[in-house]
Amino acid sequence: MIPFSIRRFLSTLPTLFVVTLIVFAIVRVLPGNPARLLLGEEATPQLVAELTHQMGLDRPLPVQYGSWLLGVLQGDFGRSIKDNMSVGKLILEKLPTTLELAALATLVSVLIALPAGIITAAKRGGFTDGLITVLALSGVSLPNFFLGILLIYLFSIQLNWIPPSGYMTPLENPLENLRLMLLPAITLGLGTAGALTRFLRGSMLEVLGQDYVRTARAKGVMGRIVLYRHALRNALIPVVTIFGLQLGGLLGGAVITEQIFSIPGFGRLIVDAVFTRDFPVVQGIVLVSAMAIFLVSFLVDLIYAAIDPRIRYR
Amino acid sequence: MSLKTVQKSKPDQAALRESESAAGQALRRFSRNRLALAGLVLIAILTVMAVFAPWLAPYDPIQQNYEALSQAPSKLHLFGTDNLGRDVLSRTIYGARVSLTAGVVAIGLATLTGLIFGMMAGFFGGVLDEIIMRVVDAMLAFPFLVLAITLAAVLGPNLQNAMLAIAVVSAPVFARLARGQVLSERERDYVQAAHALGSSDWRIVTHHLLPNIAGPIIIQASLSVAGAILAESSLSFLGLGVQPPTPSWGEMLNTARGYLRDAPWTAIAPGSLIFISVLAFNLLGDGLRDALDPKGNR
Repeated sequence: MIPFSIRRFLSTLPTLFVVTLIVFAIVRVLPGNPARLLLGEEATPQLVAELTHQMGLDRPLPVQYGSWLLGVLQGDFGRSIKDNMSVGKLILEKLPTTLELAALATLVSVLIALPAGIITAAKRGGFTDGLITVLALSGVSLPNFFLGILLIYLFSIQLNWIPPSGYMTPLENPLENLRLMLLPAITLGLGTAGALTRFLRGSMLEVLGQDYVRTARAKGVMGRIVLYRHALRNALIPVVTIFGLQLGGLLGGAVITEQIFSIPGFGRLIVDAVFTRDFPVVQGIVLVSAMAIFLVSFLVDLIYAAIDPRIRYR
Repeated sequence: MSLKTVQKSKPDQAALRESESAAGQALRRFSRNRLALAGLVLIAILTVMAVFAPWLAPYDPIQQNYEALSQAPSKLHLFGTDNLGRDVLSRTIYGARVSLTAGVVAIGLATLTGLIFGMMAGFFGGVLDEIIMRVVDAMLAFPFLVLAITLAAVLGPNLQNAMLAIAVVSAPVFARLARGQVLSERERDYVQAAHALGSSDWRIVTHHLLPNIAGPIIIQASLSVAGAILAESSLSFLGLGVQPPTPSWGEMLNTARGYLRDAPWTAIAPGSLIFISVLAFNLLGDGLRDALDPKGNR
């Protein structure tokens, strides 16, 4: 297990290197001088040139990349152009909120997808199967900003149950935090629920066709027990991998969801940074989100190897 | 002479019949799939809407009318009017142009780029393969929408750049798919035979490999158009896509969000149409997968 995790980690290094190159290139190679952006339109060319020099932007690109990468490796993502705050600190401040949102959305999606996936597979080909299949695809196709707007209209404006926006940290008031996060979590989780249902259905159907399931049935084991003990347990193994794949979707979806519900997280940070052209912040967020996905898919691989004894990595 | 012709045409015809029957089988499977057909019909309706927008829309979509601000749906304005008195129905009809163009152009570009790089990687292998695939892996590591937002913002907010950003972000999936397909087809007998007969690399790629890997690519393209429509409306929703006053569904929803209490109807039409078009391409993609790849029985 340990040699495998080391090898698995080393194999991601070349890709991680390319990730840093892409993040650097997006911001530096494309037009727009950060010094000019920082000083504003009215700055004299002389002043711009001075700051350009001071920020090291007149050095050759490979040198700039090298010093940026060196900083990143030491946890220094640079400083925000807007308020000179440390980008690393800004991200650390906003990340927990987004992680909470993503975790709650995942919970919502599992609560929906687990029963839905089992029912469709158990009643394959019937009306219920067809209905859930269509609903799952609809969940995948429903834009989360439209769903968010519908939920706000229904629960905040019509029924007046939940304020349409606002945020309170779980430390300040855990109950209020959950109440305010409910609609955002549903908004973000429903699409994932659709994807998860579809995946679980496929996985269940595959397992239900296996010999050992037939053997269990032939031995006279009750249908429900076959379904849960024999089929579901094994069908859930590949489902673990989908969490790694869904994280990217959750982070992307969080950008929109946080925007609609005014949640001060990662997603709002990047939208604000994009509009103020605060590129060090954008750079930091894009890099951190890619690294988070790397980390999760790494962990998923380890978990996968741990829970499925048939898998032996060499 | 005549004997020669007969001999020559015989295997050709047999091959033709076989390929026809394979295609025919796929077509039959597809036409039996009611959901897939529903998707196709919806796409046809949306296309008609986009193409004939000037004839279908009852009003000028950007004409502001200060005597009809935020009016509820009525006989005069079936879907009501927005905060500037513009007819929501007309704007929604015109919005189909932006969404369909963005979806088809972005994914067309992504498919082409992905195919070129993916097939090169699979066909030539070696260092080229290594480099292309590392870049593909790296690009797939970014959250789709986060990378699209960043690219669209750096390039400057307009429809063209939004399409370009979506194309760049979508291309790696096609590259990986094409490479995998080429790797498995490359060793097949018919490719080896073409090699032995002295066919050029170009001919093998375009005449032998491309037709044989087209199925999975077409399926992915249909599903990706759905993703691209969603991405474009997300970018427009954030203000990084189509700029006002051009009507787009994402931008309409963003405006509607501010007037939800007084004019909720302005959100319903554009939101439903994004949903319907994304659903239509997903249904089509699912149907194509079932028809073209009966082994992957989902």
